[in-house]
Amino acid sequence: MIAKLDHQMLWIFAALVALLLLSSVIGFVLSRTAQSEGGKATVKNLNARIGAWWKMCGIFALTLLIGPNGSIFLFALISFLALREYISLIRTSRADHNTLFWSFFVITPLQYWLLYIHWYGLFVALVPVYAFLFIPLRLALEGDTSGFLDRAARIHWGLMICVYCISYAPALVILDIPGHRQDPKLLLFLVIVAQLSDVFQYIWGKMLGKRKIAPHVSPNKTWEGFVGGILCATAVGAGLWWMTPFSRLQALAMSLLITLLGFAGGLVMSAIKRDRSVKDFGTTIEGHGGILDRLDSVCFSAPIFFHLTRYFFT
Amino acid sequence: MNGEWLAGLIAAFARGLTGVTVQWMNCQPSARQRVYFANHTSHLDFVVLWSVLPRELRALVRPVAAQDYWNSGLRKYLAVNVFHAVLIERRARPSTSKPAGKPDSVQHQSVEQAPLQQSASIEQSAIEPTRIERAPGEHSLIEQALDNLLEALGEKNSLIIFPEGTRGTGEVIAPFKSGIYHLWRHRPDVEFVPVYLANLNRVLPKGEFLPVPIISRVILGPPLQLEPHETKESFINKAHQAVCTLGEL
Repeated sequence: MIAKLDHQMLWIFAALVALLLLSSVIGFVLSRTAQSEGGKATVKNLNARIGAWWKMCGIFALTLLIGPNGSIFLFALISFLALREYISLIRTSRADHNTLFWSFFVITPLQYWLLYIHWYGLFVALVPVYAFLFIPLRLALEGDTSGFLDRAARIHWGLMICVYCISYAPALVILDIPGHRQDPKLLLFLVIVAQLSDVFQYIWGKMLGKRKIAPHVSPNKTWEGFVGGILCATAVGAGLWWMTPFSRLQALAMSLLITLLGFAGGLVMSAIKRDRSVKDFGTTIEGHGGILDRLDSVCFSAPIFFHLTRYFFT
Repeated sequence: MNGEWLAGLIAAFARGLTGVTVQWMNCQPSARQRVYFANHTSHLDFVVLWSVLPRELRALVRPVAAQDYWNSGLRKYLAVNVFHAVLIERRARPSTSKPAGKPDSVQHQSVEQAPLQQSASIEQSAIEPTRIERAPGEHSLIEQALDNLLEALGEKNSLIIFPEGTRGTGEVIAPFKSGIYHLWRHRPDVEFVPVYLANLNRVLPKGEFLPVPIISRVILGPPLQLEPHETKESFINKAHQAVCTLGEL
């Protein structure tokens, strides 16, 4: 099934390409003008990030064009890779092996299969109820009780963040909103606002950032970046009201919520990284780190955005 | 040809499953003859180590594997035809009539592995000189294994060996068997490259059948710097220490 490529989608894609071109030009100019060693390193990383953005936007746009199933498949893959980053980073025990196998190869595909067949009732319950009960049971059957609750909690938390929360993003595509049935634009709206918020926070933080918000958790997050990023991304989100079922004011409120939750997600995931003494979750995306580093904001904003939209607009 | 194609496919699958990252620490890929020696925790070890080498080197690098495990059906096909493994016997076949070994057959018994002797003895590495029952005049298992390895090295090949002799849990690197030392004594011209394999015990631990996709790392260190008259203890220490050091990075 190919999604209908309406004028709104074309406008968004054109704007994204323009934005990417603009950033590539800025990145190029900066690479010629950077003087200090630190500045050169920052610009090099910036250009790696821009290059990765091109690829990410390309893949995302392609799967959106394939239709709802394209998005479901893409996010299923993302969840799998995100869970792999998470499980690789945390401590697991030898006795967790079979439970982990279930998590990767049964629970994760099942969650997205439920989306594929539009079984909403089980989709919202699978990880928080069934997997929640299954994981400790499977661990108990293994017979090793050392650190039992820790191990069960770690695995379940990973499934909640990497599989359950992320799966809410493609779930937006199957929401039954009058006038917006199977419309990929709501997913596009969420991803654009959440990711632009990260980008704006990065830009404002690099330009003006001084006062750190949480120096022990995430040394790169500053009040200047936070305020500038949230305001800019919220403004852009409000300006995109026409692609959503929301009014201008509603789009503004939703965007503000997405950006604030996105910030919360970044902070929480940073706390995990600091606890495990690493800078990034992985190396999959050049310049950005791992998949989870890029999607920490979506993990937190997608489920709340989904449920608010579902509650008020369906 | 068929085997090469399958080998490439398996290597790609192993890399994809384990999302493996490679670090060459003060060491570069080279067609020079080498013995890559690594810690051993998983059946995937040699596949992953082999798969991260540049494609043109893979044809020259042969893993050394235990015959008792890789001797039948699909395993044998994979080991022999796909990976060109050197299969060696790691323990004497059940003895038929001979009484306990003669004192002279114990002369190679190494001292450094004494603490683990009890638990490890049932999985003796073939290249471990050990108490072997044999008819007078017959080659001992160790000599046979060494001959096999030297023959496999030949003029241009490299080897992958696991000097612990058996898979561990991944927590500690067991003492090395002395086969690696004897190999060096016969071929001092070959570079001995230490390798640390991280997280593969989590992907496919000993005793498990189903793999879990956990990101693994392969760290290759600088070749051992050896004196011409290195003693066995000193050689084994250096080799063991080199792998441990990479593991602490």
